[in-house]
Amino acid sequence: MKIKPKIGLISCSGEGLSEGMVSRVATRRILEERDDVVTICLPLFLAGGQEERDFAKNNPCITVDGCDKMCAAKGVEMYGKIHPKSSIVISEIMEKGKHSRPTSKNRIEPEDEKLVHETMKIINQEVDRVKEEE
Amino acid sequence: MSEKKRSKYIIIPCSGIGKALGTITRRATYIATEELLPNDTDSICLPLLTIEDEEAVRKIRQNPCITVDGCVAQCAKKNVEHHHGKLKGEIKILDVIRENPKLKPRNVLDIGPDGEKLARKAAEKVVKIVGGKS
Repeated sequence: MKIKPKIGLISCSGEGLSEGMVSRVATRRILEERDDVVTICLPLFLAGGQEERDFAKNNPCITVDGCDKMCAAKGVEMYGKIHPKSSIVISEIMEKGKHSRPTSKNRIEPEDEKLVHETMKIINQEVDRVKEEE
Repeated sequence: MSEKKRSKYIIIPCSGIGKALGTITRRATYIATEELLPNDTDSICLPLLTIEDEEAVRKIRQNPCITVDGCVAQCAKKNVEHHHGKLKGEIKILDVIRENPKLKPRNVLDIGPDGEKLARKAAEKVVKIVGGKS
């Protein structure tokens, strides 16, 4: 029997933008809700060893990036030599959903919860889709 | 008369998503850069270094850097060292916890009042390195 790998969820968690906080919180909440997902701290791709670099090879990855620099998606490609199965970008979700930009990099304010929930909904959909394909 | 532009310290937290300590690094950085030393410090997204973003690499080579790491992997420090950044100081949250054993952070999404105190103590260490007043 083939054991299906867990889905890798990689958040940029960018400190410089409020969108980074949204990517971080939405990803972390999904990690706490589901037992079929795992994560790795993105900077470990460079700071860690081969085991960390192989994370994306061993786990089909979904990246959650705050902005169009797409550090998480690029990190998977650079170090894992593989494309993420899905790339979610918060700034795109904001644009499509006409969400205003979160005001704080520090915390999720009550008015930003709608954006976090929408991001979580998309992550959940993508995890289910990638699982189906694997 | 032209005023010589003073270089700012770049404070770089690991922002690890796996442990509360990662959130404390992030919070400590915001306390230092936004509250205690807004004129002397700045921050960048660590993942930009992981993906070798040219502008971010230039910034850490031109400005003194202080890293704030949550665990022994020391991703922030290693990312800065890898790119030959000007590392002027490193703060380990594990040291801050050792110095304040009664303070117990809650979790990744909510570090709680003790986590907040640990973050403030870490930010005060940043102030000491920069040489300002907290």
